[in-house]
Amino acid sequence: MKQTQFDINTEIAWCPGCGNFLLLQLLKESLDELDVDPTNVVISSGIGQAAKMPQYVNTSFFNGLHGRGLPVATAISLTNPELLVIAEGGDGDMYGEGGNHFIHTIRRNPNIVHLVHNNMVYGLTKGQASPTSQRGFKTPLQSEGVISEPLNPLALAISLGAGFVARTFVGNRELTKEVIKQAVIHKGYALVDIFDPCVSFNKVNTFAWYKEHSYVLGDDWNASDKIQSLVKSMESDPFPLGVLYENPERQPTLTEMHPAYQKEDTPLFKRRRSVQELTALME
Amino acid sequence: MERQSYSIVLSGEAGQGLQTIESLVISLLQKSGYHAFIAKELMSRVRGGNNTSEIRISSSRVQAFVDRIDVLIVLSKDGLDRLLDRIDEKTLIIGEKDYIQARKTDARLYPVNVKEQMQKVGSQIYANTFFVGVLSTLFSCEEEIARSLLSDRFSSKGESVVENNLKAFDFGKEAAKKSDYHFSIQRDVSVTKMKAIKGFETIGIGALSGGCNFVASYPMSPSTSVLVYLASHERSHSVLVEQAEDEIAAINMALGAWYAGARAMVTTSGGGFALMTEGISLSGITETPVVVHLAQRPGPGTGLPTRTEQGDLNLALYAGHGDFPRVILAPGTWEDGVLLSHQAFEIADAYQVPVFILTDQYYLDGEGVMEKIDFSKLERTNHVIESDASYKRYKITDSGISERAIPGQGKGYVCVDSDEHTEEGRITESAAVRQAMMDKRMRKLSAYKDIEPRVIGAKHYTTLVVGWGSTYGAIEEAIATLDDDGVAFAFFPQVYPLPSGTREILEKAEHLILVENNASAQFGQLIRRDLGIIFDTTILKYNGSPFSVEQLVERIGEVLA
Repeated sequence: MKQTQFDINTEIAWCPGCGNFLLLQLLKESLDELDVDPTNVVISSGIGQAAKMPQYVNTSFFNGLHGRGLPVATAISLTNPELLVIAEGGDGDMYGEGGNHFIHTIRRNPNIVHLVHNNMVYGLTKGQASPTSQRGFKTPLQSEGVISEPLNPLALAISLGAGFVARTFVGNRELTKEVIKQAVIHKGYALVDIFDPCVSFNKVNTFAWYKEHSYVLGDDWNASDKIQSLVKSMESDPFPLGVLYENPERQPTLTEMHPAYQKEDTPLFKRRRSVQELTALME
Repeated sequence: MERQSYSIVLSGEAGQGLQTIESLVISLLQKSGYHAFIAKELMSRVRGGNNTSEIRISSSRVQAFVDRIDVLIVLSKDGLDRLLDRIDEKTLIIGEKDYIQARKTDARLYPVNVKEQMQKVGSQIYANTFFVGVLSTLFSCEEEIARSLLSDRFSSKGESVVENNLKAFDFGKEAAKKSDYHFSIQRDVSVTKMKAIKGFETIGIGALSGGCNFVASYPMSPSTSVLVYLASHERSHSVLVEQAEDEIAAINMALGAWYAGARAMVTTSGGGFALMTEGISLSGITETPVVVHLAQRPGPGTGLPTRTEQGDLNLALYAGHGDFPRVILAPGTWEDGVLLSHQAFEIADAYQVPVFILTDQYYLDGEGVMEKIDFSKLERTNHVIESDASYKRYKITDSGISERAIPGQGKGYVCVDSDEHTEEGRITESAAVRQAMMDKRMRKLSAYKDIEPRVIGAKHYTTLVVGWGSTYGAIEEAIATLDDDGVAFAFFPQVYPLPSGTREILEKAEHLILVENNASAQFGQLIRRDLGIIFDTTILKYNGSPFSVEQLVERIGEVLA
């Protein structure tokens, strides 16, 4: 395995064979290859197997509450725009418990990378349906099969105005690294939905299943046409992989648009208020 | 010196622009050298209904509501309906003839032809300014000040609007002059150097003074005014205000902002705060400071959304699963509002705990006069360090406080986790580490210096009235009115932890009276829980209104008799 400056020697709590091991290595290699300074990275995550990721990466992190990785990441980025902020978690964490934040974070367009491990099942709570579980998927809780329509995060993100929307499969190492790197470079909110099989609780959507039911968008794919991308994002079986949409025009980020940053660029946390400014409040 | 005071009630409909009169009158009174206070009672609607405002004019400090009405200004046809039991033969009622005669009362009536005269000015919208003219004249305010306040207030709307307002003011002035009524009250020149202020502004100003530079919140009455105040200072005072999609996002944003080096606050009310409680617990275990402004209103559920209560002390006290330290502050005076809000940020940062500022609708929507704050005398301490490569966010220390670094500032990593964690912030299930971390967190306030209760009134008291938060003004005035040298008032700006001096102050009294604007005596329960002290008399009110001075004089008087 390739050594990176993001390696950390610690015990890992995932099941043997979990797709997360592969993703952990690919994430570290991607950041390394971009020459990112580890002390300048923050990973914000919630709860779940995917949300344990920052524990195993040599960076700063805020491992908070289930579903709440995005609001924390947004605030970190607003407070210190010089940091590389990654919000990372699973499909239950980000699309279920944190679904409302998913919607509104896209609308805000903070300069963050959003990595979602999508295994179509709940791992940490041992095998219940997730928002992306396919119809008919049987679990101990949904014993007769899932009866709700799976969430389509890509179509949702494109329709809400996300500037960068991609999907990858951990089994495709080169594509995964390439997509993560592009998401890091993209200014603004960047969604990467990552097919990442759960070997313990999802015996349907396995490594082989994801491989068989997906294909990589060709070099001729034009990711800059929003409507075409939206149509593409509706495709399932096989699911398209790669950057489905990237806005060719740079959208201003939340930080750039915020009135507190209109007057000056100094990161918020560095600013100090003078006694004169306060005294003015008594006039 | 005996307190001279009058109460004026304005009664009209929502959407009639009562607040235009209120803010003008309070500035006019202050600049004319009168102490003043306004309490507002609103119905939960944007238009119609019946809203009332009570203006107190006084020769000395005043921040309390009275039942008695000396002058009643009626602005709508049903303006008398809800006030009949507060009107007697001494009340002077002023307004359009058919409005003030709509209900039979024993009051003195002074009809004015507002509608007709406002037609001459050009529009009925100037009626409010007419009554500013009436009040200004009845109470001998400085006319020039009134004129310049009106000009300033309306200058953005153009010259003709200013002129019409001045005309309306003159009509009001003439109407008052023609009457035989006049109210004289001792002026206090020092008031002219003070500041007319609204309750919510005190919290906003205190937050800015305490270094608050990040606010995330979801609008909810009565907390929204603080959010709007801070948003209006976004550019001038570099405070970033984000309207969150829900309260859960708000508290998590506040924690993310503190983590990255900001001083952040959420401002919310009962139901919204209930949604934030998991985040409070997250603040507890991650030791991320946070300041919560919790503006109380009557619950449970949606309750009475626009009225007042002190019913959320227990919510603040017990919010969040698991054990962790916290501090709860509650302003009584306007000065408290600024100083305690400032202090909340200092405490949160120094001890890495959640700090609550507990207010309520009555406090926030009230207006009054405040001593100007000298901000150069308030301490602002930087508690954030630059990390080195060996930095450990949760280093075990004697004080329980681990130095706090922020990401990107230094060679170290800032690793915080909501799971139980090691000194390095890595997840652990070690029983020994768990116990050490819990002990560390629970001793964080051991060096904290309490904000002690203020004892007002008799030095050698036998009866002690205890109160917190917005009941301050009514209790203080009731005690002064009773003028009994055996009674004092202990006011608690810090309601939790119970300040170290609490037992001594309470045990000096033979008879303890508790006053709270809630149904279950929540602060009394806390004192009983922590000190085993039980109140002899409990005076509670939970109908959505604040205590009036008369109510407290009567209830406390019964104990003294």
